[in-house]
Amino acid sequence: MIQAIVFLPLLAALVAGLGQRVIGNVPSKIITTGALFVSCALSWPIFLSFVTGTGQPEVVTVLHWVSSGALQFNWELRVDTLTAVMLVVITTVSALVHLYSWGYMEEDPDQPRFFAYLSLFTFAMLMLVTANNLVQMFFGWEGVGLASYLLIGFWYKKPSANAAAIKAFVVNRVGDLGFMLGIFGTFLVFGTVSIPEILAAAPGMAGSTITFMGGRFDTMTILCLLLFIGAMGKSAQLGLHTWLPDAMEGPTPVSALIHAATMVTAGVFMVCRLSPMFETAPVAQGVVMFVGAATCFFAATVATTQWDIKRVIAYSTCSQLGYMFFAAGAGAYGAAMFHLFTHAFFKALLFLGAGSVIHAMHHEQDMRYYGNLRKSIPITFWAMMLGTLAITGVGIAGVAGFAGFYSKDGILEAAFASGGGGVVAFWVGIFVAFLTSFYSWRLVFLTFYGKARWEQSEHIQHAVHGEHEDPSAEHSGDDHAHAHHPDAHSDGTAGYHPHESPLSMLIPLVVLSIGAVFAGIAFHHQFIYPEEGAAFWKGSLAFDEHLMHAAHEVPLWVKWTPFTVMAIGLFLAWNSYIRNTSLPARFVAQFKLLHQFLYNKWYFDELYNILFVKPAFAIGRFFWKRVDEGTIDRFGPDGAAALVQGGTRLAVRLQSGYVYGYAFVMLLGLVGLASWAMVNFL
Amino acid sequence: MSGLPILSLMLAVPAIAAIACLFAGDRNARVIALAATLVNFVLGIVMWANFDIGGAQWQFQERHEGLFGPFNYALGVDGMALMLIMLSVFLMPLCILASWEAITKRVGLYMAMFLVMETIMIGVFAAQDLLLFYIFFEAGLIPMYFIIGIWGGANRIYAAFKFFLYTLLGSVLMLIAMIVMIGEAGTTDIPTLLVYNFPPETQTWLWLAFFASLAVKMPMWPVHTWLPDAHVQAPTAGSMILAGVLLKMGSYGFIRFMMPMFPDASGQLMWVVFGLSMVAVVYTSLVALVQSDMKKLIAYSSVAHMAIVTAGLYALNQQGIEGALIVMLSHGVVSAALFFCVGVIYDRLHTREIDRYGGLAVNMPAYALFFMLFTMASIGLPGTSGFVGEFLSLAGIYEASSTVAFVCTTGIILGAAYMLYLYRRVVFGELIKDDVKAMPDLNPREWAILAPLAAVALWMGVYPESFLAPMRGDVTTVVARLAPSKPAGDAHLAAGKPKAAAAGHGAPAHGSSHAGGVQ
Repeated sequence: MIQAIVFLPLLAALVAGLGQRVIGNVPSKIITTGALFVSCALSWPIFLSFVTGTGQPEVVTVLHWVSSGALQFNWELRVDTLTAVMLVVITTVSALVHLYSWGYMEEDPDQPRFFAYLSLFTFAMLMLVTANNLVQMFFGWEGVGLASYLLIGFWYKKPSANAAAIKAFVVNRVGDLGFMLGIFGTFLVFGTVSIPEILAAAPGMAGSTITFMGGRFDTMTILCLLLFIGAMGKSAQLGLHTWLPDAMEGPTPVSALIHAATMVTAGVFMVCRLSPMFETAPVAQGVVMFVGAATCFFAATVATTQWDIKRVIAYSTCSQLGYMFFAAGAGAYGAAMFHLFTHAFFKALLFLGAGSVIHAMHHEQDMRYYGNLRKSIPITFWAMMLGTLAITGVGIAGVAGFAGFYSKDGILEAAFASGGGGVVAFWVGIFVAFLTSFYSWRLVFLTFYGKARWEQSEHIQHAVHGEHEDPSAEHSGDDHAHAHHPDAHSDGTAGYHPHESPLSMLIPLVVLSIGAVFAGIAFHHQFIYPEEGAAFWKGSLAFDEHLMHAAHEVPLWVKWTPFTVMAIGLFLAWNSYIRNTSLPARFVAQFKLLHQFLYNKWYFDELYNILFVKPAFAIGRFFWKRVDEGTIDRFGPDGAAALVQGGTRLAVRLQSGYVYGYAFVMLLGLVGLASWAMVNFL
Repeated sequence: MSGLPILSLMLAVPAIAAIACLFAGDRNARVIALAATLVNFVLGIVMWANFDIGGAQWQFQERHEGLFGPFNYALGVDGMALMLIMLSVFLMPLCILASWEAITKRVGLYMAMFLVMETIMIGVFAAQDLLLFYIFFEAGLIPMYFIIGIWGGANRIYAAFKFFLYTLLGSVLMLIAMIVMIGEAGTTDIPTLLVYNFPPETQTWLWLAFFASLAVKMPMWPVHTWLPDAHVQAPTAGSMILAGVLLKMGSYGFIRFMMPMFPDASGQLMWVVFGLSMVAVVYTSLVALVQSDMKKLIAYSSVAHMAIVTAGLYALNQQGIEGALIVMLSHGVVSAALFFCVGVIYDRLHTREIDRYGGLAVNMPAYALFFMLFTMASIGLPGTSGFVGEFLSLAGIYEASSTVAFVCTTGIILGAAYMLYLYRRVVFGELIKDDVKAMPDLNPREWAILAPLAAVALWMGVYPESFLAPMRGDVTTVVARLAPSKPAGDAHLAAGKPKAAAAGHGAPAHGSSHAGGVQ
């Protein structure tokens, strides 16, 4: 059965991708979407069997892969609780995104290719989560990277999309460098790349030391840190995050599936899968927590200033991933996975909702040109509303709440309970919960409330005046000139009437809304409660019952603080964007430098450009022109030629084309010399 | 099977066909060449099918002593040679097909040159006599000179001259070293020499002499500058065979001669190889990044890939060497395919300037797909041949030195950067130029060339066991031979105090350990 779940999407991708010309558009879409729904239908029973406690871990070997001395690994599919959680997340969101794309991509001339990429991505992601050895995990890791590259650059005519695609791949490769070295080091230390064997042997290596690049380190610390660098790349953690916001160049369904719900969580999954290793390396755990908290904070601050609706959600994703990492760093892997699980539903919902808004607003993505949309697109509005309630963590402790309430509070409580650095992380998390509430409500208020500001949008003007627009004209909302056409309509609508999206797009929104509302309340016992959690996870990750106990017994103020800061954020957003709409502008004028710093994403891109990109090209040019041509050739072959020319005029003959004859004569001479030498020596 | 001198047959078929081509008309020459190379390919498959994995080290041996003077005609293959011969006979028919329409001038001579080249390549890998090897090894230059010099680009004289100067210097040193070896050991028989123990001080000199020659062939930094020029000037099929097989002769020399024959020197001088390889990976990758000529870019990337091979071989362990061998095979397939991809569009627009293209995904979707596949294989995406080789060799290198592994692994970042940058400029973007718009997609002949290459690149990535199994025993032999002189790796793993392992669980331990981590 697991074989069908994993390989059906691959099969569908191949049929749709290679056979599109033969079978046509609609069959390609039916095959890929159908395959994903079948995979999804097969995945849920597996997950539920683990929820009810009847599921048993198993490993299915598919094919021998490589054996080289002790380094041996196969193509294997592992199913345990951790995998089962990922299976339902991946197949559910992917199936819904396939369905959604029927509507969203309807005008695109290249649909089979899009669907084939989506299915290919799903296959690679499933290979990643079913991996039983590090190398297959790396296969999936790179496979999703490829699919991400192809989908970000799906509209390959746009230079910005191409640039974003390359950036995503190359930045991820920086992380992969760490991942690969981590695998090599793990193999060196444990003599195997099989995950269960490594995890079993890891405690025995605690306290041992190893030399790495000349320095002497604690073995488990260095291995965990190298692997974590890989996780940082894939999960867009601070330092290696720069590709994620740019990845929004891809079509919105892609952002929902890859850059919110599944691929970017691969790093969290990896740390959880290898959690027994991290448990033996406290320093590495501290780093994971620190990086997670820092990313969480950084991304949330940037999100408060962006105008592009997708970029706000992208930074929000980055920030939420930070939450997951600091939970993992605190040793609360169950809580990290729980947030991954709920986040997949509400973040996919927010992205698909944003896509529906963009669809309705004729590819306009800038929230400055939205406003008052709740009546025109009510279903989208309510879906986004539920998503926002979920991400901001609305709920009453001890009673009920939306999905994010359970998972986020679980993380914060566990961080607090872990003590030490965890308390610092807790306070960072509280502040970020406030920011999350502010930027999420800001998005909702700017988009759905207030007065319509559509007339200033170029896209809307195009739509109103009936000009044709390329479906790939989704663009980043940076400050490019938006023509200001004063129009006859004084209500700011420019006479445009947004339409609710087609059914194929609304069904996924409704289904995901159900997830955003109930995923927390339905499963929080299994994921994070001490006894039920241990029975649920069955050792597939390092589940610390003591820590989870302690997390449940934190003081009441700890449980109520997240809700309080959420309410403050909501009030502030309401005050700034509904009640007193001139406030943000005044704030920006007052704190110009701070705003610029945040609006320009802490200037990471500019910094990297100066530090890495430009020097790489400059050094490359230097090596080529000055060293290869200017030194090696000049004093090597060219110098020798000049010497010959000066001395014997032989070069004249060389340059007039006799080189072959000359070469031939020289070779004959060599053979002659050899024969002569032999006769004399032997 | 045992009665058939299959290796001699494989040498003879192309040699005879070459003579026939010289006297046949243009069209017949093409057909003869294709037929002969296909026959050889079939013979190669027969040989592979009959190769006894785990059996004798040397198989299909033929021996005729003292044909003239000290020369013996001795042939035989082990698993490594078998795989490289398979690579040669697999690529050859594709090269002939690649030249089918592109070459219109002196077709008979051209086909003859390629067929001679095939004989020589098989000879290099099958020779069991040191002098016989040398003759084949050096003779390989002659047809390549002609191919570059007659059918090459505008600046072909310069390229051929550079190629010649570089190779000449190294060859003389290797020949002298061989003569010394023969004098010392009293035999030219390669299997005997493989187990002969040269005095350690002699080994160092012999090693250096061989290194000088083989490093040029490889090519290693800093004697690599002939390669970009040779590739740029060579016709498409010339580049395919140059990158596909000729570059492998250098690394074959490493694993066949330098490592097992001079084990002490190999252990001592491994840092020379590591040092040059590290420089090459970073240096040539950066240079590749700024190229505006497609063939030069791929040529520089070849130097970077071959640096992984040399470093992998000199890790002197099972993973490093097996990985290096797979990189050799993989690079043979993938770089040949990439050069053919360049050839496909060169045939249509007659320029290699990257900026002249753009937007090919629109009018050449099949081409775009193949080019993407080979780009990914070159980058080393798992599931393609590039990954298996790179991964194994880097794992092997890590066992020897984590620093070298780190520097070599940066190649995966830079490799992705320059290949994707190339791909983006050629295939993606808006299709605006009229002459580019007019380019048709792949024709059946081009399909017939790219499809087998793609199939092998994927086969080697998903199930490399087919290729690893025949070579495993040979690599084990080499590793065992090198074991006494191999320096220990730099990891120096030291066990911790057993007490530390017991801690780590339980809430109190958590709190305190995290505090230490964060502050």
